[in-house]
Amino acid sequence: MSTALFELGFLEAADALAKKEITSQELVQALLTRTEALEPDLNALTWWDAETALAEARAADAARAAGDERPWLGVPITVKDLLNVKGQPCTAGSGILKGYVAPYDATVIARLRAAGCVCLSRANTDEFAMGSSTETSVYGTTRNPWDLTRVPGGSSGGPAAAVAARLAPAALASDTAGSIRQPAAFCGITGFKPTYGRVSRYGCAAFASSLDQIGPMARSVEDAAALYQAMAGQDVHDSTTSARPVGDVLGDMRTAPNLKGVRLGLPRQHFAEGLDPEVEKLTRAAVAQCQALGAELVDVDLPHSPYGIACYYVLGPAEASANLARYDGVRYGFRAAAEDVQQMYEQTRTQGFGAEVKRRIILGTYVLSSGFYDAYYLRAQKVRMLIRRDFERAFEQCDALIGPVTPTTAFRIGEKIADPLQMYLGDIYTVNVNLAGICGLSVPCGVTPDGLPAGVHLVGPAFEDTRILKIGAAYQHATDWHLQRPKI
Amino acid sequence: MSDFIPSIGLEVHVQLKTRTKMFCACAAHDEGEPNTAVCPVCLGLPGAMPVINREAIRKTAKVGLMIGSEISLRSTFDRKNYFYPDMSKNYQITQQALPLCIGGTVEIEVGGQKKVIRVHHIHQEEDVAKSTHMETSTEIDFNRASMALMELVTEPDMASPDEAVAFLTALKEMLIYADISDCNLEMGHVRCDVNSSIRPVGTDPLGVKSELKNMNTFKGIHRALTYELERQVQTLRAGGTLAQETRRWDDEAGITLPMRSKEYAHDYRYFPEPDLPPVVLTPDRVAAWRAELPELPAARRKRFIQDYRLPEYDAGVLTADKAIADYFEAVAQASGNFKAASNWVMGELLRALGEKGLSIGEVKITPTALAQLIGLVDAKTISSSAAKDVFQVLFDEGGDPAAVVKQKGLAQVSDTGALDDFAAQAIQANEKVVADFQSGKEAALQFLVGQVMKLSRGKANPQLAAEALRKQLSR
Repeated sequence: MSTALFELGFLEAADALAKKEITSQELVQALLTRTEALEPDLNALTWWDAETALAEARAADAARAAGDERPWLGVPITVKDLLNVKGQPCTAGSGILKGYVAPYDATVIARLRAAGCVCLSRANTDEFAMGSSTETSVYGTTRNPWDLTRVPGGSSGGPAAAVAARLAPAALASDTAGSIRQPAAFCGITGFKPTYGRVSRYGCAAFASSLDQIGPMARSVEDAAALYQAMAGQDVHDSTTSARPVGDVLGDMRTAPNLKGVRLGLPRQHFAEGLDPEVEKLTRAAVAQCQALGAELVDVDLPHSPYGIACYYVLGPAEASANLARYDGVRYGFRAAAEDVQQMYEQTRTQGFGAEVKRRIILGTYVLSSGFYDAYYLRAQKVRMLIRRDFERAFEQCDALIGPVTPTTAFRIGEKIADPLQMYLGDIYTVNVNLAGICGLSVPCGVTPDGLPAGVHLVGPAFEDTRILKIGAAYQHATDWHLQRPKI
Repeated sequence: MSDFIPSIGLEVHVQLKTRTKMFCACAAHDEGEPNTAVCPVCLGLPGAMPVINREAIRKTAKVGLMIGSEISLRSTFDRKNYFYPDMSKNYQITQQALPLCIGGTVEIEVGGQKKVIRVHHIHQEEDVAKSTHMETSTEIDFNRASMALMELVTEPDMASPDEAVAFLTALKEMLIYADISDCNLEMGHVRCDVNSSIRPVGTDPLGVKSELKNMNTFKGIHRALTYELERQVQTLRAGGTLAQETRRWDDEAGITLPMRSKEYAHDYRYFPEPDLPPVVLTPDRVAAWRAELPELPAARRKRFIQDYRLPEYDAGVLTADKAIADYFEAVAQASGNFKAASNWVMGELLRALGEKGLSIGEVKITPTALAQLIGLVDAKTISSSAAKDVFQVLFDEGGDPAAVVKQKGLAQVSDTGALDDFAAQAIQANEKVVADFQSGKEAALQFLVGQVMKLSRGKANPQLAAEALRKQLSR
């Protein structure tokens, strides 16, 4: 093979392994070597263990030699440090889970392992996925491989940087308000947030249960779709998963190489004030490209979309305040020395959690408190309904929405960390997709003159995941933005 | 008390008899080494998610159906937030906004007076772990964490400790009847929060209530309530005021004490549980559950009085336990002698069960065998005292009554020839008694019957023996 092994994407690696052109051991070794070389600069990963990874790779090679033909046998992936992989640390980027080793596999991990994947490493995240820059992790800031002075986005900045820098062919991550799509855009890779209920959340340390969704990050829509297909579908351990059949996603994607007959809606509110002109230019170029591929364009309205951030910062913290209550030092993780139980709780949580997590726990506790519930939580639930209806109406006029993923390209490390509100506004185009429980795809659509990638956002109705994957794939077939890579 | 009226309301937590826990597949049982029936879900590990136990829902809905609740076709779960080491997630999954069963009534009887107690609702929830406080530490056993509980909340309709206990007794009887719970009080299957207040006679609004937390014996509840109501009366009579407060019962001292405000001053911050979809039931499903309901104790009591012509007392004793009532019905139907069936079950059977500490399910004597035994007595094949011996054999070893009678040679001597011989011997050996009888002392005959019994080693049929004696004495 002429290309370096670490350059292989998920499907390319699977193909090369299936054809026995390479072994999993060689592939894993190449990625580990590259990891050792680049990690000091990137800080994309929170944990890896060469011996374990190589042992798994050798086992996969041995299985293949013995006739095992599982589709992703021996293909390595990196996993956001929020998802439980049995036997590996799971810390959610938090000091409070210091020393915690997962005793079970998340459903998505169990499914990918069953399909043969090797869980190579764990990728950095904002603490408990709360952040848009991967600056709040107890493991320190992850740097953007396109420009090491910039953030990779967040909360899945670790997986995004790792996939962009070729430390792994693909990653599993989670998206609560844009945590897959925004870092994908910042790092020039493809990120997919499936419809709520499409992929099991069992085994993903919960942040906001009604918004969290696990999804793939990869170097092409096809790669993302392959991972999505392997993970999706009902799970007995997650009662919010849907029984609807997933279908043959990869097969369906190959049937439509163009966009004839596809109506794409442009939300007025997503091309308004606050959108960086360079990002707008690249997004509009992507829209034009889709039109050239046969798509019909319509303007649509999402009138309640400006309220999304406010709504999210009531509901997300409310759920988080309960979800994070279990980290108390009683059963596992970090426990502070103390005189009595009350003090142990207080000290464990004071020392174990970082500032952003504490801010959201306090916010969430406040909005659920007696006397404030109706004014905040209940009202936010109503706004959420209105936002959902906005999308339903928009999808009466179009098959999918198209727009920018983020208002800007990757910002500088430290630029927004002191101003949470500015940081929160970075989710403005993505958050409503989570509030509505629908699906969103971030696809690279170009590089700005200062050398930073941007992403175009494709949004589909609930359970039309395959539809937007098809649109994204058609766009990628006609463009090569996803093939651009950072010079690291 | 006479110038005050007490109002008592109960919040009854009952551990349901389910194979697995409320939200995970762990075995739900009371035994086992601590922390062995646990998993990521009931330990509250990162990423774990709850799944609703449908059997628990069925059981709670059936309780609702038994007491005439409206069954919610759509009910939801909520999170109740509070920190406590025995609460693995530091929130409890419960039903607050839309509980499974709304309303309902339970009829009680105290001192011959019947009264209807209204139930506000019944909801489904999960149990917490068990804390054992040691000298300098606390040990927590999560085997109990997330076991299925139902919580039944009454209106403040009870007016005395007797009524509260009568309510709990009636409820317990029903729950055991329908196989909802074992209601083993020692194991903590039934735990109550007891709310009480008093108000002056002739006034309407309820007084200031106090809540006694976590009571788990009916006797304790009776004692605690008796004390607590008297305390409230004394406080008011002394010109004091009552505070709305949570108190705890000190069983040894026999008093109630206020709990530190920290222990109960909670804002639970309820909100809908995002990890669980609503519980949606169809009217057909509810109808099917209704059809599964057993006949309730009160209805069964009435039927026993009517169909088996039993005294009210017998009917009450027999129906208090469903298994006993089932056993009685089987005996009664097989033998046709209802009163005898009742006497045997209430008398010998319950006595023997109590002596051996056995439950009805464990006995070796089958209802058919007991019915046959009754038949042998009715046919005068054996005396009733011999029947007791046969019963004991059947109780201990099982088997066929006729065979036992034969084996033990217990058949009554009804052969008049043999009886005549015994009568003649008795008369000959007791001249003075014979003289007494002949001078008009009727009681003397009983002595002679006793002698005949003795000579026959208990096998003589006493009536026939008496006849034989009379016949010879009148000669």
